[in-house]
Amino acid sequence: MLESLYQQILLDHSRHPCHHGRPERFDAEAEGHNPICGDKVRVFVTLKDDGIEEVRFEGAGCAISQASASMMTNALSGLSIDDAKAVRAAFLDLVAAAEPDKSSGERVNEELRSMSEVRRFPARVKCATLAWHALARALGEALKGSGGPPSGSVGGGKTG
Amino acid sequence: MNPARKPSTAPGSPGALAFDPEAIRAQFPMLGATMHGKPLVYLDNAATTQRPRAVIDSVVEHWSTTNGPVSRGVHALGSLATEKYESARTAAASLLNAEPEFIVFTKGVTDGLNLVARSLGDELLGEGDEVVVTELEHHSNFLPWRQACLRRGAVLRVAPITDSGELDLDALRAMVNGRTRIVAVTHVSNVLGTVVPVSEIVSIARGVGAAVVVDGAQAPGHLPVDVQRLGCDFYAISAHKMFGPAGAGVLYMSPRWVDRLEPAQYGGGMVELASAEESTWITGPHRHEAGTPNTEGAVGLGAAVAFLGSFDRAAARAHERSLRDAIVAGLGQIPKARVYGPAEGAPIVSFGLEGVHAHDLATVLDAEGVAVRAGHMCAQPLMRRLGVPALTRASIAPYNTHAEVEALLDGVRRAGQIFA
Repeated sequence: MLESLYQQILLDHSRHPCHHGRPERFDAEAEGHNPICGDKVRVFVTLKDDGIEEVRFEGAGCAISQASASMMTNALSGLSIDDAKAVRAAFLDLVAAAEPDKSSGERVNEELRSMSEVRRFPARVKCATLAWHALARALGEALKGSGGPPSGSVGGGKTG
Repeated sequence: MNPARKPSTAPGSPGALAFDPEAIRAQFPMLGATMHGKPLVYLDNAATTQRPRAVIDSVVEHWSTTNGPVSRGVHALGSLATEKYESARTAAASLLNAEPEFIVFTKGVTDGLNLVARSLGDELLGEGDEVVVTELEHHSNFLPWRQACLRRGAVLRVAPITDSGELDLDALRAMVNGRTRIVAVTHVSNVLGTVVPVSEIVSIARGVGAAVVVDGAQAPGHLPVDVQRLGCDFYAISAHKMFGPAGAGVLYMSPRWVDRLEPAQYGGGMVELASAEESTWITGPHRHEAGTPNTEGAVGLGAAVAFLGSFDRAAARAHERSLRDAIVAGLGQIPKARVYGPAEGAPIVSFGLEGVHAHDLATVLDAEGVAVRAGHMCAQPLMRRLGVPALTRASIAPYNTHAEVEALLDGVRRAGQIFA
């Protein structure tokens, strides 16, 4: 059971997270905070004409929250807005729903699928979803701010 | 080698109490459970202890034979219930070495401390006055004072700890001044196990006429508590941290306060005279117990006090200490493990494992059946002081064993391997 949670891929992502660090340029950012464990993650979204150019994150926390954030940035960077929203919904369904939809596993990539075991550790589900909730807020802000073509705003100030 | 396993009896006195951890353990139904197919190793006692059969039975027996309206009815059952309730007050009083008329029933420490922060805060605090707390405080003895200070325009000051996790008494002494109205401290740190020198703080506070409020959540399960000897104004405890039910506790109020402090809540049972023109409150602890009380909680609390009196507590302390020492020594042998807190203290051990987040460590332990706490433990100011986002905590009760300590250490080693 434990081995299926802490798979090598999860450990790798937590040790060497992808798309990690504050970008120079982004359209919106949002913070996720888990008051129970103190984990914090900040997600940055940069848009392009036809969707998401890149999702990045910074923060510190447990292996599950860090790996989930890292896998999220891999999965969503480059996607259209609609596809990104669909992946997010499928992932949340996979790790957090009482009875996940059968198709949810097919609608996410293999990396994200490897996290589905988290659902058997109810106390840890929030760790896995932390970055994804922050992403939803950042994406909402970015789209509100863009109102068409991305603003290309220079990062540094709080958008929200 | 396990001297603490050997049943010990205080020598000399016939009928003296004994202490045998296995005999204590046998009284706790919950400790026979398995988790994830492994025997439960319960080391989260600072969060809540398990309940012995006597406490469980006391509540069932009350519901079955003496349940009725407390301090209200003329009928026989009302009297029986009132008797049960008041005898629980007497038991709690004896635990703290106080008289029953100074013992107010509460929902627990959080409730008690909020009551004091509200009523005493309103009574004593004005613009520019000061409240002193410490870096060791649990949020329940930190936030009520912060909010009281905000309400009253007062200043909250936080006395620091030393690098070893002891309260810096000199710094606290320097912080207390003519504007200090209240000093609120924990008796035992829920994170580091630090035992705070309450008596000395009381004499410092008395020097400027400040009241002293003590968070006793972690104390009575481990230490003898004597509120008269401590000399504090208020002392709050929770039943569920000393083998009683959750949602029940008591607040000791010194004779100086119990009859004069404005109630924090109004309602039935605390009124002398009630009308739109004039209302007055009764004196005594019932003044602060508006509404029908948690009678079964009080009954269970009383049974928990009786349970605490059923074994040799000095021997139990020695046993707990041997377990604490074994955890500290064992972690000392594990590469990258680090124990936080003072060398001496209550049997509460917080530790970290470099490269492994506290929650991941706790999940690995949980898979082995070992229940520990991980996180900031409701002490974010202390976590900031220690420079860590979260820690893992093993907290001990008399029913724990050296075999359980080994299970904990095995789990920590396993986590080290998984995240190597």
